[in-house]
Amino acid sequence: MPKAVSYKTIFLGLVVLLLAGMIIDISLGSVKIPFTEVFQIVTGQGSSKETWTHIVLQYRLPKTITAILTGFGLSVSGLLMQTLFRNPLAGPFVLGISSGASLGVAILVMGGSIMGFSFLSSSLSIAIGASIGSFIVLLAILIVARNIRDTMALLIIGLMFGSLTSAIVNILSYFASMEKLQQYVFWNLGSLGNLSWPEVGLFAAVIFIGIFFTLFTIKGLNALLLGEQYAISMGVSVKKIRLIVMISASLLAGSITAFAGPITFIGLAVPHITRLLFKSANHLILIPATMLTGSIVMLFCDSIAQLPGSQFTLPINAITAIIGSPMVIWLLLRKRKILL
Amino acid sequence: MSITSSHTLEASQLEIGYTHKKQVISIAKNISFALGKGELIGLIGANGIGKSTLLKTLCGINNPINGTIKLNGKDVNTYSEQKLAKALSVVLTGNIPASNLTVTEIIALGRQPYTNWIGSLTKTDIAKIKEVIDLLKLEPIKDRKNYELSDGQLQKVLLGRALSQDTSIIILDEPTTHLDIYHKAYTLSLLKEVAHTTQKTILFSTHEIDLAIQLCDQMMLLTKEDFVVNQPCNLISNGSFSNLFPKDLIRFDAATGSFKVNKTK
Repeated sequence: MPKAVSYKTIFLGLVVLLLAGMIIDISLGSVKIPFTEVFQIVTGQGSSKETWTHIVLQYRLPKTITAILTGFGLSVSGLLMQTLFRNPLAGPFVLGISSGASLGVAILVMGGSIMGFSFLSSSLSIAIGASIGSFIVLLAILIVARNIRDTMALLIIGLMFGSLTSAIVNILSYFASMEKLQQYVFWNLGSLGNLSWPEVGLFAAVIFIGIFFTLFTIKGLNALLLGEQYAISMGVSVKKIRLIVMISASLLAGSITAFAGPITFIGLAVPHITRLLFKSANHLILIPATMLTGSIVMLFCDSIAQLPGSQFTLPINAITAIIGSPMVIWLLLRKRKILL
Repeated sequence: MSITSSHTLEASQLEIGYTHKKQVISIAKNISFALGKGELIGLIGANGIGKSTLLKTLCGINNPINGTIKLNGKDVNTYSEQKLAKALSVVLTGNIPASNLTVTEIIALGRQPYTNWIGSLTKTDIAKIKEVIDLLKLEPIKDRKNYELSDGQLQKVLLGRALSQDTSIIILDEPTTHLDIYHKAYTLSLLKEVAHTTQKTILFSTHEIDLAIQLCDQMMLLTKEDFVVNQPCNLISNGSFSNLFPKDLIRFDAATGSFKVNKTK
């Protein structure tokens, strides 16, 4: 089986890239720390400067782990959506789950001041607001999905939810105070570096629960590559698969939007990059493969966002789009065919 | 078992149709037949007469309005999704979404009713897939991706997927659409060969009446008023084909077994 060997080689290459990405990401930042020192701190040997240890352990390491988890979750939820809807343009944004999270945050940050009462807009309350928002949109989609058998219609409904929520966000921002609007805009740009260790722990738990659910959809998703009717004729309970996919996708996309902001492009593009890389449609391979590719791309984007050698950090959401969009266009132009 | 066990697919007093705004709309009724092992059966009828509805009802996608369907002697309603998938497989009309799936992988998907929760293939599954590839002579194209296949090849691969599902009945909805005359004949003779060698019951709907007459063991004729099932030669001799379509434009020529356009006077 020459194919199995080449999959292994690609996986091995990706693992090496992931490790390299982690090291680069931890080494870069607005404070210059020698590489050897970073290595010593991470491996627990301590450092010559107390502040360096603090920066690496309390700021950079959680950020790197957040980048990896974000890459895992967004790319897997994108892959699930694309297969479920048999639509290469599907992703967590298309279903409106991320917009729901944005709406939750917008109401919390901007709505409070308009209505005359103010919430504590700490990062945790923002996370709760985003989770509630994405959960409400998911609930609405699930209720609609019970009465609709056509996944194309479901996709359009997701898009409509998305435009509806962004319209409400626009109205809110029109009336919000400058200070609150700025706070929302900053959240909207996305940030991987705001999480404390306990928050990273909670984030990791939600991501792994979401990914654990997807294991039970692998067989059904493979059958769905032929279309819903074929899947049903092979004994697949499409309703059950659809429910699991929607729950795990909303857990993944909802928690990521909550903790790191609405990060675009990764969910849509990484599954395509992975398919081109592995030339496979089998979800048993694609799910771990997209996780690896997604985390590498996130680490890469985050390293660029540090603007090595400068004091500035760019918004991660802009970097994912700037790097990602041309990459996808280039890949598709080369391939000329968009596949599932 | 009793005499019924020799029949793989039976329908008695079946009435088919659909529910629209809580109203039951009947399309055809009094459909009764009993199909045996190793038979190739062609279902023909004019556009919109209800061929697809009949096939969907037999597959368990639609519910019948009245009457019963028996699979291998047992009422189809008593089958679970998994059991049904082991008794009946389908080949749908039209294309499948473009993906990285190879020919072998598509055929392997047919093993899903037999594989474990994650879909890993056992030795039996791999042997079955190999058997199907050999039977349909798919060896040269077995590693091609699904978007690299011609319409004729894809039809063969989709039949292969149904065969690897290892069911006693295969139902195909218009397997010859989009094919040229050679591949139409090729596909239908292949179906006949497969039905005879594997002893499966193969039921398909088609508009290729002349080819079906030459190749089918039995034919089903669905018209507004009537449903008949018989051997093609009997159907010709009792004039059943003449009632298939309105008679203003074409007529059935019993001597050649095909339809002829009426000469304008």
